[in-house]
Amino acid sequence: MESSTASRATVTQQEQWMVESKVFETYNLFSSLPPNAQIVMLEVKRDEHIEYLTKGLRQLAPSFVVLDANRPWICYWILHSIALLGESVDDELEENAIEFLSRCQHPDGGYGGGPGQLPHLATTYAAVNSLITLGGQRSLSSINRDKLYSFLLRMKHASGGFRMHDGGEVDVRACYTAISVASILNILNYELVQNVGNYILSCQTYEGGIAGEPGSEAHGGYTFCGLATMILINEVNRLDLSSLIDWVVFRQGVEGGFQGRTNKLVDGCYSFWQGGVSALLQRLQSIVDEQSVLSDAGEEDCSTETETSASSDLCHGEQGLEGNLSHVDETCHFREEGQHNAGDPVNFFNIGLNFIREHAELEPLFHSMALQQYVILCSQVEGGFRDKPGKHKDYYHTCYCLSGLSVCQYSWSKKAGSQPLPRAILGPYSNLLQPIHPLFNVVLEQFYEAHEFFSRT
Amino acid sequence: MDSDEEDHRVPLSRRPEWSDVTPVRQNDGPNPVVPIAYREEFAETMDYFRAVYLADERSPRSLHLTSEAIHMNPGNYTIWQFRRLILEALNADLHDELDFIELVANGNSKNYQIWHHRRWVAEKLGTDAMSKELEFTKKIFFIDAKNYHAWSHRQWVLQALGGWEDELDYCQQLLEDDIFNNSAWNQRYFVVTKSPLLGGLEAMRESEVRYAVEAIIAKPENESPWRYLRGLYKDDAESWINDPQISSGCLKVLNSQINYIFALSMLLDLLCHGFQPGQEFKVAINALTSESDSPDSELAKTVCSLLERVDPMRSNYWKWRKRTLPAQAV
Repeated sequence: MESSTASRATVTQQEQWMVESKVFETYNLFSSLPPNAQIVMLEVKRDEHIEYLTKGLRQLAPSFVVLDANRPWICYWILHSIALLGESVDDELEENAIEFLSRCQHPDGGYGGGPGQLPHLATTYAAVNSLITLGGQRSLSSINRDKLYSFLLRMKHASGGFRMHDGGEVDVRACYTAISVASILNILNYELVQNVGNYILSCQTYEGGIAGEPGSEAHGGYTFCGLATMILINEVNRLDLSSLIDWVVFRQGVEGGFQGRTNKLVDGCYSFWQGGVSALLQRLQSIVDEQSVLSDAGEEDCSTETETSASSDLCHGEQGLEGNLSHVDETCHFREEGQHNAGDPVNFFNIGLNFIREHAELEPLFHSMALQQYVILCSQVEGGFRDKPGKHKDYYHTCYCLSGLSVCQYSWSKKAGSQPLPRAILGPYSNLLQPIHPLFNVVLEQFYEAHEFFSRT
Repeated sequence: MDSDEEDHRVPLSRRPEWSDVTPVRQNDGPNPVVPIAYREEFAETMDYFRAVYLADERSPRSLHLTSEAIHMNPGNYTIWQFRRLILEALNADLHDELDFIELVANGNSKNYQIWHHRRWVAEKLGTDAMSKELEFTKKIFFIDAKNYHAWSHRQWVLQALGGWEDELDYCQQLLEDDIFNNSAWNQRYFVVTKSPLLGGLEAMRESEVRYAVEAIIAKPENESPWRYLRGLYKDDAESWINDPQISSGCLKVLNSQINYIFALSMLLDLLCHGFQPGQEFKVAINALTSESDSPDSELAKTVCSLLERVDPMRSNYWKWRKRTLPAQAV
């Protein structure tokens, strides 16, 4: 077998070489240019992007019918991209966006893909993140949180995971979108959290990354969703973090961009999914250290038997453990206890806040400059971003290329969102985007506003 | 539906069987954002869909309408969900449903709704559906051997309906076609660990290690078998560091002096877990180091420095690994 196949390139190799040749053609062209032309090529084309984005908010071509059940997603991709670029939409568009998303909100809670559609967890996440990105009283108060909570509870599945919608599929995406909105809206409690950790844990694969369902292949999108979920429910210490780190750093390829899975092609959107995983890991050093100490000492793996109790939703809305209790402290505390219980609640609402308040203890483990180079030189086009050279731009890739670029630019900032040094930014300093909260992927300032708003209600 | 049929589509408003239905417009409001410039036939189909959906009319004509609407946008989960209710109410022949799904999947096989619906149908059909489902996914893999949804579906079929008998052979065949196909490696791991016919991971370990090491020696730049090899010893580091097949495979690649990054990385992990390297490893590493590498007395540190140099994309990672080496590795 070996001798007959050794000389023939496989499909994977052929496709990989084709992409590499296109990417390096671009890089070679770039390095052949004089310095002033290089600077121009490295610019984030802000005006063109804003124009492309705003146009989509106002009108979409007939070919967009395939996304007719994803309109809150289109809103989020566009609004978040605009916010990352440090701009905002005018009052009229803002008003129209709030009004439109209200029409996607189902009377029984949650948001559907368009007016009159069944509520769906992914479009609920997109709608909530859109409204948080818009910010302001009218936008944030348009979310019916009580109804949303009952929708989330209805979607809870016996496995501990969540269904995407009534009669829908159960996967890691559903877990993340449910937990993310519940966390940011201050409606996360034990009933929602119960056994989610077990489900996510069952999806971490032998490769180190996380799959969409138990048994499937480790994948960048699901790894982000799974890791972020585990952090938000305070159970991240149950994952095998060193194998996860090893897996994710190897997803960055010679092109500088990330691939989604082992031996797959680079794609600009993984700049966020995998880059975001790296950003989250930078704030988990102490837990990684603890895990390696445990394994050194040959102790029992901490992933066993950390069940969450079914009993209570008392921590809902409680402010008891907030303040100076850091995320890491909470985690240690949690581990000592072995389980959540009603008498000693974890304040889920503040996990996202404390996570970002902690200084990043680690330097980036990925190659930030190489990734910025891929996003700007290979994914960026006139107005918008794309998967890779040869592909068309779209709003999804625009959102996640920009999100990934932001992650890169702030990857050396110890304090979340603090002004990076010029050497952290590829291209002119005017390329600097707004910082994001990596657990939710909303602009940091908008996260703070939402957290403040929902802590009062 | 074929293009001929599409060209001669009669608007629903002119079909007598729909004359009693009042279409319901989409409530987009006066100034929607992200408005889509719907083509007339799409807008009309959806208007009639909304009418039967709101009336909860689970009838043959509703079923037919959902087919039309799904062809226009297979991503509309509300339509799929309503279709399931109709299929149940009508006690419809679900074998026909599989054909319908295949038709839709031909246009777009990377869509959550199609696969979720297929799983729902197959679950209802039970073991009858098993071989058809295995064939269906094979057909998809013929076009795209890494289709994520199709792999999930296939794993579900195996676990829920059975059909494990030929699965290891199938993985083998896919890996012979493309040894870099990580989805096939993942499936192989799934079969080896989950198949009720093979006796489990420990029973399969020795032969699987041999298989992976062979694949590594043939193509050391292929990350998949390296990760697979680690997976075979998941939760049993003791056996892993003591398996001579692993260390000698590593050594062989290191001595070849090409494509040795994964071998270095594995050696580092072995050392971190207490592997005691013989002189041959030190010789192999020394042969790879140049003057620019820091002359560390400990092998693990030297390996980190070497990786920092030969794998610049991950130099931050290797620096971090060097800083955090466990006591037993230094």
